[in-house]
Parts: sequence; C-alpha cells; structure tokens
Amino acid sequence: MSKLLDIDSISVSYGSIKALREVSLHVNEGEIVCLIGANGAGKSTLLKAIVALEPITHGSIAYQGQMIAQIDENGAKKKFGVPIRRSKGLSSNLRTDEIAGRGVALVPEGRRVFADMTVEENLDMGAFLVRDDELIARKKEEMYDFFPILGARRKQKTRSLSGGEQQMLAIARALMSSPRLLLLDEPGLGLAPLIIQDIFEKIHIINREDKVTVFLVEQNASIALKASNRGYVMENGVIVLSDFSTNLLENEKVRAAYLGDS
Amino acid sequence: MGSIAEFFQHLMNGLTLGGIYALIALGYTMVYGILKFINFAHGDILMVGSYIGLFTFDAIRGQTMGPWTVIAFFIAMLAGMLFSAGLGMAIERIAYKPLRRATRLAPLLSAIGVSFILSNMAAWMWGTKSRKLDYPFDNSPIYLKGVSITPHQILILAVVIVMMVALKLFVDRSRIGKAMRATSLDQDTAKLMGIKADKIIAITFAIGSALAATAGFLIALEIKVYPSMGTMTGLKAFVAAVVGGIGNISGAMLGGILLGLLETFGVALLGIPYGLRDTIAFVALIIILLVKPEGLLGKAEKEKV
Repeated sequence: MSKLLDIDSISVSYGSIKALREVSLHVNEGEIVCLIGANGAGKSTLLKAIVALEPITHGSIAYQGQMIAQIDENGAKKKFGVPIRRSKGLSSNLRTDEIAGRGVALVPEGRRVFADMTVEENLDMGAFLVRDDELIARKKEEMYDFFPILGARRKQKTRSLSGGEQQMLAIARALMSSPRLLLLDEPGLGLAPLIIQDIFEKIHIINREDKVTVFLVEQNASIALKASNRGYVMENGVIVLSDFSTNLLENEKVRAAYLGDS
Repeated sequence: MGSIAEFFQHLMNGLTLGGIYALIALGYTMVYGILKFINFAHGDILMVGSYIGLFTFDAIRGQTMGPWTVIAFFIAMLAGMLFSAGLGMAIERIAYKPLRRATRLAPLLSAIGVSFILSNMAAWMWGTKSRKLDYPFDNSPIYLKGVSITPHQILILAVVIVMMVALKLFVDRSRIGKAMRATSLDQDTAKLMGIKADKIIAITFAIGSALAATAGFLIALEIKVYPSMGTMTGLKAFVAAVVGGIGNISGAMLGGILLGLLETFGVALLGIPYGLRDTIAFVALIIILLVKPEGLLGKAEKEKV
C-alpha cells in the first residue's frame, strides 16, 4: 500500500499557543482512517493544516509523494508583523485552491454550506474546477441519486435545509470534484443517531465503490472506530496512540477515555 | 398641468439620479461583501474614469456630427470603464492586498490615502477647473403629457438598466459570478472548492471600478467633472449601499434608487432647501441605522461560532 498522505512532524501555533506539536501520521491509498480525541485536542486544526487553511510552523506534508507544505528550521518569516506562508525557499507550499486542484476535498466542521445559494449552486461550486459542463451535469445527477433528499430540494436555498441535509450536501459538494482524498471534519456533529448512521454508511460506499481514500476526524469515537480501518488518538495537540481500529476499540485507555466504559 | 404630471417629473429625475448612485453603490457593496472593507478610494476611481471618458470622447469624436458621434460616445465610456477597472485592480494589488492579514483599520487608512493621492494627482495633471462633457446632441426635452424628459435622462436610464441587468445575470448565472457569491459568503470554504480568492477579489475590484467609471461618465454628461467630484458622490453612494444592506447587490441597487428619489422628492415636495439636499442622504442613513442597522435587504450578522 502506498502512502497517499504523509504528515511528518508538523506543528501549528495560534500566537503563543501550540495547537499541534510535531504530529506525524499517514493515510494509505484506499483506507478509511480516523482521528479521535476530545474537543479542542487539535483535530480540526490538523485538517486545516493539510489544506493550507492554517500555516504550519514546523514539519512537512506530502500528498501523492509530493511536498505540498514544508517549513525549514527558521520557521515562517514575517512581514508587517504578520507571518507569511510563502517566502523564499518555501515556494513549494501550495495554496488551498491548489491543493483542492490536486484532488483533496475537505468537508469542513459545521458543514459550511453556502447558505444563500441553492443546493444546485452549492454543487456547482463543488465542481468549480471541473470545466466540462456535461460531466458536471452527470455528477449532479449522481449526487441526487446518492442523496435523494438533495434532488428533491435542488432549487431550495441551503439555509432552509436541516442539519443532516446540510451535512449530506457538504459531502456531495466535496464529491463533485471527484477527489482522491476526502477529509471529513466531525461529520456526525449535532445530528440524530439514525442520520449519523446513514452518513457513515454513505462514507463507506464512497470509499468502497468510488475508491476514495477517507480521513475523518470525530469526537464520537465509537462510530468513527467502527467505520474505519485504522485510527489515531490525539490529546492536546499530540498523537498519543495509533493502531488498527479494531484494536483501539479493545484498548483499555481508549475505552475508558472515549467510549464511556468505566 | 396638475400635480400628477409634477409627480412623474420628479419621479423621472429621481430615478435618473438614483440610477447613478446605484451604479456607484454596487462597487462599495461588492468589495465589502468579499473583503469586509470599505474602499474609500472608490469615488476617486469614478473621478478618474470620468476624466478618461471625457478626454477620449474629445479626442475621437471628430468635427462633424453623425452616427460616429454616438459610437464615439460609447467607445469613450468603455475607455473610462477599462481604465478604471485596471486602476481598481492596481490599487487593490498595491495598497490593499499586502494588508489583507493586518488589522482591519490598516486597509481603511490605506484607502483614504489612495483617495487623496488620486484626487490631488488629478488636480495637478488636469487642473481644478470643472469640465463638462461636450455632448453635441440636442438635449431639448421631450414632453410627454406634461412630463419633460431629456434625451440625456433616457440615455442615463438605459445605460443604468443595461448595466444592472448585465451585472445581475453575471453574478447569478456565470461560473465566476457564482464563485464571487461563494467567496463573499465564506472565503475559506470557497478556497476549498478550488476558487482562487485573489483572482475573485481582483475581478470584483475591476467590475466595481468599471461601474463607477460608467456612473462618472454619466455624471459628466449631466453635471460636471472636477478632481474632488468623487468625494461627496462616493460618500452618498456609500450611504446608499449601507441603506440597502451593505454586501447585498440588490440592496445597493435599491438603496441607490431610493436615495435618488428621496433627494428629488425631499427638495420638491417636502420643501427641504436645495442647499441642504446633501444632508438628506445622511439623515436617511441615521434613520436606517436606528431602525434596521443591517439595511433594507441586509441580513443581520450572526455570531460566528
């Protein structure tokens, strides 16, 4: 199995607070990998760092064997008192839109659908980099088949959708670009158990049938571990455990801290 | 003629003035929508655009009047639009972009600086004497049941309507237009879709500046052109954008037209002295801010979690 995503010792800081401290992990082609941890452990920050929405201050990120972000020992340089991401020697660092162009799609925390746009327009935005109108139309029909509720609401403004429907739209929007790597940030957050189950079933189908590699971040450790091949556990910005998900489900520490067993 | 004719007369005048405000207000609102920042140099971009349009027209219209004169008029307008679009993009690149991550006050101050530079450069290069577009066509009013309409007014309204419809279609239907809306709704998520935010911002400045130049050219036709013309006009159009709901494109159109009508009817019907005409906009602003701070079509800002 080849590594699709290889994160090597990355750090992210918010001012003086270190949100991530030399985190290393990898995702192999075709896997579903989950990252679990408590609220505020740094899980979302990690996803944002992968897509360059947060600048890393240390380490490197490789995708498909190519560096997409890399920081030398001096760290980021500053301009007008503000850290800049691109400076001499660091020009290999890709921007968010360039990373999206390489086939990485993130379903952000809290869905972040474009509320003032219709369901269809949201899907159009997901296909922004696809320049083939026929392909876009076909993809949209695929999405409406896959998530029938979206088909029924294609002309509706997104703000009128329920939380579960918005989550499905956010996933569908990410799939419009036919990504190779799908990143999901808390796909189950704030949703009813039945809907969470539905969404995780869809994630499985996407992984199995469309051959999309999935890396997901979840607070709900039980469902995330059951849905994934491997898992990482994060505490205070550090990876403390990593193993096959079946083993993590049996692990005493994980059971005590994240699965509610005493 | 009765008061009905008088009403329609003021309506016509108000719509013409309001249409011009609306074109300018669109630039403020589009830029604000994406960058959450007021481009205080917008009025001066308008001024430069109207000078360029005026000079171009004088240069190419020739001695004899004919169909060419009409074509020359629109070519001149286009020249002003293109020049301003380039100017707007250059200003964004030089004066605003380096400050994108700095405190919110920094680009605002930079904009005020750019405004001073542009109006003083104009005064230095072109003098402070006001000019008027030397439009060779007959402008004697046409009387329609007691309402007098000048050919200029018809021209202004036609240009305003074409511009607004074109903009609305562009923003609602085109790929780039949708990307502009997406970027204005949520810049980070737009980037995740592969949208180059910097490119969208540049296009936004280009379109807003071109619309301002159009408005400036129409002002040159109806009123006059001078280096500080952008200040009050720009300020009032900014008020129009806030009244309509800043960040909202339909709101800017509505706010602009409403402000034009208010000014016209305020002077004509409410007996507000002409000298106080400019205060009407600001009184309207105060009232709107008290009653509906988000503006007529604006949405109340939700706390972001």
